[in-house]
Amino acid sequence: MTDAPAIKAINLVKIYQSGGVPVPAVRGIDMRVESGEFVAIMGPSGSGKSTLVHMLGGLDVRTSGEIWIDGTRADTLSESGWALLRRQKVGFVFQFFNLVANMTVADNVELPALLGGVSPRQARERREYLLGELGLTERAAAAPAQLSGGEQQRVALARALANQPRLLLADEPTGNLDSRNTKDVLRLLSDVHRKGQTIVLVTHDARVASMADRVVSLLDGQIVDDGALPRTRRRPLGTVGDVVELRG
Amino acid sequence: MRLPLLALLAKEPAHGYELKHALEKTFGSAYPSPNIGQIYVTLGRLEKDGYVRAVDVEQSNRPNKKVYYLTAAGREALENWVDEPTEGPRVRDEFFMKLVLAPLTGIADRMALVNRQRRHYLSLMRDLNELAEQTDPGNRVALLLIEGAMLHLQADLDWLERCQEELP
Repeated sequence: MTDAPAIKAINLVKIYQSGGVPVPAVRGIDMRVESGEFVAIMGPSGSGKSTLVHMLGGLDVRTSGEIWIDGTRADTLSESGWALLRRQKVGFVFQFFNLVANMTVADNVELPALLGGVSPRQARERREYLLGELGLTERAAAAPAQLSGGEQQRVALARALANQPRLLLADEPTGNLDSRNTKDVLRLLSDVHRKGQTIVLVTHDARVASMADRVVSLLDGQIVDDGALPRTRRRPLGTVGDVVELRG
Repeated sequence: MRLPLLALLAKEPAHGYELKHALEKTFGSAYPSPNIGQIYVTLGRLEKDGYVRAVDVEQSNRPNKKVYYLTAAGREALENWVDEPTEGPRVRDEFFMKLVLAPLTGIADRMALVNRQRRHYLSLMRDLNELAEQTDPGNRVALLLIEGAMLHLQADLDWLERCQEELP
């Protein structure tokens, strides 16, 4: 099934009920993400970005339409069916982390790998690599509550990648980070992407979006733009400074 | 480039190539390096305005070189420059003019303009990312300049989003 797209969504719709009034959040989205692709989803708040990515991860139930993950029809799965699919194939980084409060950082990160069936030694090595890349080696024994928001967010990313999932879904993975920590996250994302990791993330951070192969823009629950970023004329090093000058 | 050259000359007298080299070394590849012709033209104008003066220094088996130094008037101009507040980001924005005016003429549709501009900003951001990676991590001046450009781009993108929301 390696030729199946990592994600296929067909006419996906989500309508929330708010005090008896239907509020459409996602209004008919068709989307296909190939295996190994890195797609960034952008758009104003309220445009449906988070709802879309939550539906793709099975964390929010679609109103109508189809979702296929790695060649498997997913929108018709039960909650436990989704849980199994996620454990096997999907890593998810939430905007608000959802770390297990009474486990250490190290255990939070190792847990998905252990649940996925790898040996404790492999799980530990993967955790050490991920925490190292994110500058969190020193925090391995801490509890989530002892961490800053930025640290928790990076732990959540490490946890999502622990299992080397077929698909990484993330909702604003740099939303709580200062520019230095963002740099660590960007480096890790670019590293795993180079090794073939499929990534779909919601972001308003242009540094993150500019690393993607493709940017999908939403407005009012619909896709208004979808395409690869143009290669700027390859300017010799040094004249990229024109950008700086224009903006100075 | 006038004031940056005055600032460099306030540190020590120098000839044109030394000034070019000093600018490049300080700002790294983040700033367009001026060509030597521009530098000499600027120095000539500064000399005419009385802000710098040149002395010929003899060199063995090469033509004399001109070494420039700052005059009292030059120092005063430099001090005024430093003391003044500097203009913030521009209010006039060419893209915004297009965005507002083009649809009135029927030449272009706003959504297409916004989408094209977003892709353009993001590809500039990618260039800046690459530039930052290629810049010597010890060159804080160059890295801060790049970071500043990135923050401006982010603001432009956020504003683009607002335009897309507010303009029908």
